[in-house]
Amino acid sequence: MLIRRRPSHPIQPSAITQPETFAQRRQLLKAAMATGIGLSTNLAHALVKPQGDGTLIPNRIDTPHGDGLTLTAYENITRYNNFYEFGTGKRDPFRYAHTLQTRPWVVKVDGECEAPGEIGIEDILRHIPQEERIYRFRCVEAWAMNVPWNGFSLMTLLKRFKPTSKAKYVAFETLFDPEQMPGQKRSVLDWPYREGLRMDEAMHPLTMLATGVYGTELPNQNGAPLRLVVPWKYGFKSIKSIVHIRFTDKMPGTTWQQMAPDEYGFYANVNPQVDHPRWSQQQHRMLGDSFFARKQDTLMFNGYAEAVADLYRGMDLHQFY
Amino acid sequence: MRASQIKPILFTLCLLPFASLTFGIIQNDLGPNPVEAALHATGEWSLRLLLITLTMTPLRRMLGQPWPIQLRRMLGLFTFFYASLHFTIWLWVDQAFSWANIINDITERPYITVGFMAWLLLLVLAGTSNHYSIKRLGKSWKSLHRAVYVAAIFGVLHFIWLVKADWLEPLIYALILTILLAVRLFFRKKPQSWSIKHA
Repeated sequence: MLIRRRPSHPIQPSAITQPETFAQRRQLLKAAMATGIGLSTNLAHALVKPQGDGTLIPNRIDTPHGDGLTLTAYENITRYNNFYEFGTGKRDPFRYAHTLQTRPWVVKVDGECEAPGEIGIEDILRHIPQEERIYRFRCVEAWAMNVPWNGFSLMTLLKRFKPTSKAKYVAFETLFDPEQMPGQKRSVLDWPYREGLRMDEAMHPLTMLATGVYGTELPNQNGAPLRLVVPWKYGFKSIKSIVHIRFTDKMPGTTWQQMAPDEYGFYANVNPQVDHPRWSQQQHRMLGDSFFARKQDTLMFNGYAEAVADLYRGMDLHQFY
Repeated sequence: MRASQIKPILFTLCLLPFASLTFGIIQNDLGPNPVEAALHATGEWSLRLLLITLTMTPLRRMLGQPWPIQLRRMLGLFTFFYASLHFTIWLWVDQAFSWANIINDITERPYITVGFMAWLLLLVLAGTSNHYSIKRLGKSWKSLHRAVYVAAIFGVLHFIWLVKADWLEPLIYALILTILLAVRLFFRKKPQSWSIKHA
């Protein structure tokens, strides 16, 4: 009998970009930067092929984020969601999120800042360059996917509102409208959904506001028209369909943390050494894998330790989970 | 109605979830997370069949006919079949037989502890469901098989304790189980009212 041993190394051979390809992309990027020629025309081959029925994201910009990751299929990213505003089943958001109206859409930004105000989704799409970044996404329920998001660093938006020195945290809220979000008619969670980040987490370049996935505007079930993506934290931190952003001097209460404080923390960093009380976080299953595929090892900070570990230096991550 | 007429139909019906699961696995058609889908399907069918099994005794009393009781063993064995599939998928596909993790989960995580105990009880009941055991155990067979109530309570607890926020579905199972247990307590106090009619 043949016994196939799995290497301890977590990266699958298929997920590794050939060095030549990698170098080619780097050269193209450099050349484009040097000549100042429009990135989108020169590097169109490096962007993912658009998927889905949504409007194309205008002027996508390629970035090296996630080079070498094997993408999760569009159908799996968009038909398996936790978005309790449309039901608690994984397929419910795909089935029922069509009732959400994403135009017009205005995000209010206020709190500890010099220039509180509002910004519409059209302005965001028109005036902020939309990068394409491939990120790992790890759900607290021990499944994961690799997603080509379109969007930009959250800090790009936050800076426009000039946070003051009193701004220590950023709080986010999802739309509350039970007519558009029928799941809110049942008090499964304490609506509206709320999330928060420490200021340095919010200003970290990896922290992203996403407007699209696979080159088209986010489908409603994925948090249209604007959602947070924090790739080193469990998925529930990446709040969807945001209508309110507030700078604050106190750590804001967040939905899951308030619902079950012993199970979900404010930080919620991906950490294979700290189990959820009811299940292990050491491994996860990739969406789209076949029935008999093996689970993959979960990496510290979901593989982004090099970029973010410093944010938590000196903190006991067992206490601040 | 006679049990011999219902049995082949019921047997086929009980196999349908298994057939659909097998086709789903072969055709890779169980959705983005097929292991979770298979665990949920087998877990839910174990619970459903267990509750249906527990409905047979009250049904016999209400109808005054013997056929429900003649279907009880088959339904109980199908409950055990789906519970065993559920347990096997967890051990094999989900946990990949990594025994240290498996033992840790069974001992440290209450929802898994009660789920495992429910399966152990069902194993004992299935193993003593044959004629030989019934004869051999005599009166104690009936007391032993009352453990099915404990298995059902553990099974429903297993479901309630694994849910993150939406308890509606497991609470429906809990409600049905409560009714089935209450019916038994009620008729135990008034043994007369059990046999309503013998038409």
